[in-house]
Amino acid sequence: MKRPNPKKPDSIKAFEAALAGEPRPARYRLRLFITGTTPKCTRAIKNIRAICEANLPGGYDLEVIDIYQHPEQAAPEQIVVTPTLVKNLPLPSRRMIGDLSDNERVLAGLDIARRPLPVEPTGNEHGA
Amino acid sequence: MRSPKPETKTKTTKIISGGLPKCLTGIHGLDEITLGGLPRGRPTLVCGGAGCGKTLLGMEFLVRGATEFDEPGVCLSFEETADELASNVASLGFDLPDLIKRKKLAIDHIYLERSLIEETGEYDLEALFVRLGHAVDSIGAKRVLLDSVEALFAGLENQAVLRAELRRLFRWLKDRNLTTIVTGERGQNTLTRHGLEEYLSDCVILLDHRVTETVLTRRMRVVKYRGSTHGMNEYPFLIESDGISVLPVTSSDLKYGVSNDRISTGVPALDTMFGGDGYFRGSSILVSGTSGTGKTSLTAHFVNAACARGEKCAFFSFEESADQIMRNMRSIGIDLKRWVDKGLLYFHSVRPTTFGLEMHLVKIHKIIKEFGPSIVVVDPVTGLLHAGTTFETRSILLRLIDFLKGKQITAVMTTLTSGSNVQEQTEVDMSSLVDAWLLLRDIESGGERNRGIYILKARGVAHSNQIREFLLTRHGIELREIYLGEAGMLTGSARVTQEAKDASAALLSRQEIERKQLLLERKRKALDAQIAALQLDLETEEQESRQLIAQEKLKVANWEQDREAMATSRYASKGPHEGNGRSTSAREGRR
Repeated sequence: MKRPNPKKPDSIKAFEAALAGEPRPARYRLRLFITGTTPKCTRAIKNIRAICEANLPGGYDLEVIDIYQHPEQAAPEQIVVTPTLVKNLPLPSRRMIGDLSDNERVLAGLDIARRPLPVEPTGNEHGA
Repeated sequence: MRSPKPETKTKTTKIISGGLPKCLTGIHGLDEITLGGLPRGRPTLVCGGAGCGKTLLGMEFLVRGATEFDEPGVCLSFEETADELASNVASLGFDLPDLIKRKKLAIDHIYLERSLIEETGEYDLEALFVRLGHAVDSIGAKRVLLDSVEALFAGLENQAVLRAELRRLFRWLKDRNLTTIVTGERGQNTLTRHGLEEYLSDCVILLDHRVTETVLTRRMRVVKYRGSTHGMNEYPFLIESDGISVLPVTSSDLKYGVSNDRISTGVPALDTMFGGDGYFRGSSILVSGTSGTGKTSLTAHFVNAACARGEKCAFFSFEESADQIMRNMRSIGIDLKRWVDKGLLYFHSVRPTTFGLEMHLVKIHKIIKEFGPSIVVVDPVTGLLHAGTTFETRSILLRLIDFLKGKQITAVMTTLTSGSNVQEQTEVDMSSLVDAWLLLRDIESGGERNRGIYILKARGVAHSNQIREFLLTRHGIELREIYLGEAGMLTGSARVTQEAKDASAALLSRQEIERKQLLLERKRKALDAQIAALQLDLETEEQESRQLIAQEKLKVANWEQDREAMATSRYASKGPHEGNGRSTSAREGRR
């Protein structure tokens, strides 16, 4: 099931840039895969936005992909569960599953040092 | 061969007892034991240990569906990538890339690496559903393989969610009417390690492989099949160059047509022992004997005669190579090579330990199906004992005999009995399975071993009850009468010596008779001569006595004359002679 993915990020270029010794790319490239508007998915969107705004203000691109609408995108990215957050950049690429309510784990996954959050994330668990 | 056939629009749904629709798998033998295939539109659990062929069974199910029944299939592979799968099954002649190109097959590799995933809250497997749904819709799939969904248990922490989602997945598959095979690794005390059987209760097939004395045998069992009857036993199966073959079922009924046709044994004298016509066509014949009694030679005669009639023979040898058999048989004047060259004889020589019993049986089945012989030789069936236990061998032989009888194939099997054993008992107790039983045995006497042959049983044939001596000559097998005389039963040189002795004794007595007759003749001649001499004596005596009597009479007459003359002279008689009585009587006397 390999088909060209026009939206695939140009990771090679980024990787080469990283090799060239440039400072760590400031911009985070995140993709969140969801399935429609289930409570878990809406919660995930809300949570990741809050975390990014708190920790990476202006320094991130977040793409939300509804695989109900783009089912062909699930396979190339190996999405099995939803919601799944994929951090394409900066390297290494990481992925997180679940509604992103575990703040500590999300930050660890994003490789961001803990900073005080202006907004408490919504969710069942509280990492703070 | 069962390489993927061109597409055929075969109706695959069979309504069997109670209307449960079934889906033919196309896997050789599996449709027989499930009586028509897997439950259509439901998931079937295929479980078993590592390396027992779960994935292969699933893949063959998809490929056969796509190629033979026009039912495209989707494979969700949790363990192997599409390329790996393709190369794995390429050896079975399945061209997955081609099927994928023709939109007959879709493979989606599902990969979850726990170490690379951070769990940050609640989730579900909706994406998996989306992917599966997408794959199914893209090719209009009717069959699905989930191989093996249990890999998800390693990839996800939250088992509760996973279980709930799997339950939903199987429900979803049912709702979409997809005939599915779900594979699962066998657990310690459960059918699957993660208890998938809890959710998949429509049909469960258990695969197993066991090593008995270094030989591996694969087996398959339908553990349950809701709403349908099915074969209950463990069925051996094979993974071969063209896919899976589940062994044909032992037929439970003994219904096969029988032939009254008789075929020659290849040895005229033996035909005579079988009432003049030889074996029944389609019967199974057992030739047993200790080593070196000429079992193979006897079967070679049969094969030779059959090939000469233009019949096809398949020779399964478990001890000798084809070349060796042909060379050895040339020494008794049988040229088998010409039949091989003509395509009438097929040799299949393998070491019994090469594969398990089932493999042997399946090989035999395949060869028989492809070659279509009317005569099959298995030499020796006891060789198969090396590939399994006695019990297994017996059941395999039973199935083989059943199969051959069903096909009206005459089967000659040889079996080796060891010297210490009771002669009339085969190693695998198969005597009751066969129709005719020839026993070859050694007869030891006078410092040599000779071969004897007799018919132990021959169902439906008036057969000879005599033991015959059996000679391997340069012109083949010859049967001789065994010497049965005052000296007992003799064979070999003893028989020859005894025969010579008998001959000389006969000669002696003949000479004696002649001598006695001669003597008698002489005696008679001597007596005759004596009789003649005596008669001569008698005649002489007779003559003499007659002369004497005559003389006496003359004397008496003379004397009377004299007396008369005297009287006349004294008294001057007046009688006619009175005048000169004396002169008359004198005249009479002189007369």
